[in-house]
Amino acid sequence: MKENNKVLLFGNEAIAHGAREAGVYFASAYPGTPSTEILEVFSKFPGIFAKWSPNEKVAMEVGIGSSLTGTRTLVTMKHVGMNVAMDPLMTFTYTGVVGGFVLVCADDPGMHSSQNEQDNRILGKFAKMPILEPSDCQEAHDFTILGYELSERFNTPVMLHETTRIAHAKGLVQLGEWQEPVRGEHIERDYQRFVMMPMFAKARHTFAENRTIQLAKFSNEWEGNALEFNSKDIGIVTSGIAYQYIKELLPDASFLKVGMPFPFPTEKARQLADHVKRIIVVEELEPFIEEELLIAGIKCEGKKYFSREGELNLDIVHQGLYEAGIASKPAKMPTPADVVSRPPVLCAGCPHRGIDMALKKVNADIFGDIGCYTLSALAPLNTMHTCFCMGASIGNAIGVALTQTNAKHPPIAMIGDSTFLHSGLTGLLDMVYSQANATLVIIDNRITAMTGGQENPGSGHDLMGNEAPKVNFEKIISSLGIEKIVNVDTYKFDEAVERVKEAIDFEGPSVIIARQACALFPSKLKPEPYFIEEDCNGCGACLRIGCPAISISGEKTDKGLDKAIIDAGACTGCTLCVQICPIDVIFPVKEAEEIKV
Amino acid sequence: MNSDNITNVLIVGVGGQGVILASNILCEVALQSGYDVKKSEVHGMSQRGGVVTSHVRFGAKIYSALIASGAADAMLAFEASEAMRFAHEVKKGGTLYASLQTIKPPSGGGKKAKKYPDNPLGDAKDFCAGTVVPIDAEKIANELGNSRLTNTILLGALSKGLEIDENTWVQVISKMVPPKTIELNLEAFARGRREAQ
Ligand SMILES: Cc1ncc(C[n+]2csc(CCOP(=O)(O)OP(=O)(O)O)c2C)c(N)n1
Repeated sequence: MKENNKVLLFGNEAIAHGAREAGVYFASAYPGTPSTEILEVFSKFPGIFAKWSPNEKVAMEVGIGSSLTGTRTLVTMKHVGMNVAMDPLMTFTYTGVVGGFVLVCADDPGMHSSQNEQDNRILGKFAKMPILEPSDCQEAHDFTILGYELSERFNTPVMLHETTRIAHAKGLVQLGEWQEPVRGEHIERDYQRFVMMPMFAKARHTFAENRTIQLAKFSNEWEGNALEFNSKDIGIVTSGIAYQYIKELLPDASFLKVGMPFPFPTEKARQLADHVKRIIVVEELEPFIEEELLIAGIKCEGKKYFSREGELNLDIVHQGLYEAGIASKPAKMPTPADVVSRPPVLCAGCPHRGIDMALKKVNADIFGDIGCYTLSALAPLNTMHTCFCMGASIGNAIGVALTQTNAKHPPIAMIGDSTFLHSGLTGLLDMVYSQANATLVIIDNRITAMTGGQENPGSGHDLMGNEAPKVNFEKIISSLGIEKIVNVDTYKFDEAVERVKEAIDFEGPSVIIARQACALFPSKLKPEPYFIEEDCNGCGACLRIGCPAISISGEKTDKGLDKAIIDAGACTGCTLCVQICPIDVIFPVKEAEEIKV
Repeated sequence: MNSDNITNVLIVGVGGQGVILASNILCEVALQSGYDVKKSEVHGMSQRGGVVTSHVRFGAKIYSALIASGAADAMLAFEASEAMRFAHEVKKGGTLYASLQTIKPPSGGGKKAKKYPDNPLGDAKDFCAGTVVPIDAEKIANELGNSRLTNTILLGALSKGLEIDENTWVQVISKMVPPKTIELNLEAFARGRREAQ
């Protein structure tokens, strides 16, 4: 049983290794959970080039450029990133590739770390590109390599579709030899193929349709679309992580395990249908496979028993099988009703806290965006009132500014540095163009924190660890035509309030740049603790800034109020609590020690 | 349904407690012992104070990386109220090794937030179909002079209940912890093993 040549890897690590083995030279991406680690791992391999782009559309376009030279290319993103990248992708599938091109798209069913749970197999089909769907880490590795073969053989970008439970699950992987990275020399001009204007695009569309027919033949022959003939009663059609759950629960069923959901292996599904009495489709989110079967006229059941919402697991699949009359009733364990909740919180010393507190003070409507600062929507700060997608805050605020008739304050948009560079620039341009009376707050913590601390054009470093030019926010903003730019140190509360008021009072578009380094990345701030003296009067002001280092001590004041205490191991000494304490009883631990000595 | 020959270990705690490192060590130990291994966890919010869980399964052949509810052979809980939250995941005959350590969530949740339980391990016993083994890992770690050793202490306790050679544990721990802390970690591991007796 001993298989020591296999290694334990996360799905994302397996994909990075697969790409390296397939001779990928170039990789571009914008971070996004659960896809981020692929490039972080790949970028450490020798002999390759990997980069973060400011957003997924640019990453895709950069990747297309790389492929055009004949270079094997990897582009990765999370599911919503693909929405951003769809424009170039929809036409790239017409032109086809020069160097092999794999797009890894990581979906997040169950929304562990996302704002929605769209099923991107639909987008892959919509873009007319073949989709490979691994069901474990070994397949994540193997399908990546296969993706490059298919890409060059069929002249198409290939989508590798994974989900959180593949990306962030570890399993055994047999690695292979590294191929010399394939890097092209120059582009071959071919305007009839690469200039997509109507007269040429029509021919390329025909090409893409024919390619799908060829790929369907491949799909019907490929052993990765695997038939397992067992029981004559039940046939399961499934793909991805769902296979693992259903295989464990119904090992004796017959199976069509779909490794390529598009083009769908219809002939194999017919073989299964000929073998069994009843076909059940088990898949996460949308009824993608179910619809393929129904289009082919193959009778099946699927979403009748398994929800379109959330991810699957053994229990949910078991319940579905029970409803389908195939399994016994799952036992229900009694669970404790009252367990403390642990919602994620802004870190101790987080720079977002200070600007949030200042904004709370003016009580304006705050249109939000995506990043750590989205946590300020939660108690006790409650300073963000919307969040749609990256960059949305600015457009939302403009729309509000131009339409609302009876607001106390002009609207505020709040956005992180990485998100602003991702898709806030064009929004800001519109704010100037439409002379909207709105204020944009850019919280510049110099890093892409939410996804684990990736470099961005504001960080001064790139993915490979080299120094990079640092974007000058003031210059960009003023060159777009903003006349009022205000700088805020988010650790200085009173000053921040004054400056926020100043920006809001300005008639017309204004920008606040709020700065302090992230408390977690690139390295965690060291403790520089403060403590709360005995004579805390229990007013609770420090508890209302939502700092995880401050809690109720258990001691009461004479009036029976809860005294607060600071966790010395967690406090970074940002001093926001010191500044809002109305009776000045918070001091540095160091000072107290010096007094003792 | 056919979980014979498969060992399911659930590891739970709060962000920053070393759940992920502990599960990595367990996976490697199982791999070195010749088993098929899978694990699944959710990253992301863990660094911001959330609950962290890691599912580890090993045996001849593993399909799902996630453990079915109520099917854990063993569970390591690095925090007392997390032991309570997940106690029902342990199956009859299984063991919940629970640290006495308590970490109260920051008071952020406002007035409506649930109170920290008075007796989390008592409640854990009520919901656990298996045996609860309380371990004062924090105290032992402090005796050894490093509060970060609690995860290795709990792994030591777990190792007592698994049929895996102690030497494999020692080798893997030596390979996976920071070089300067190898001796301390091995001591912590041995202490944990003794606690589980
Ligand atoms: C289109 C898209 N791509 C990627 C993501 C994943 N994502 C969520 S927040 C975030 C980064 C936010 O960074 P920043 O704006 O600097 O804020 P911070 O987290 O540092 O506070 C990313 C990449 C997403 N939600 N949508």
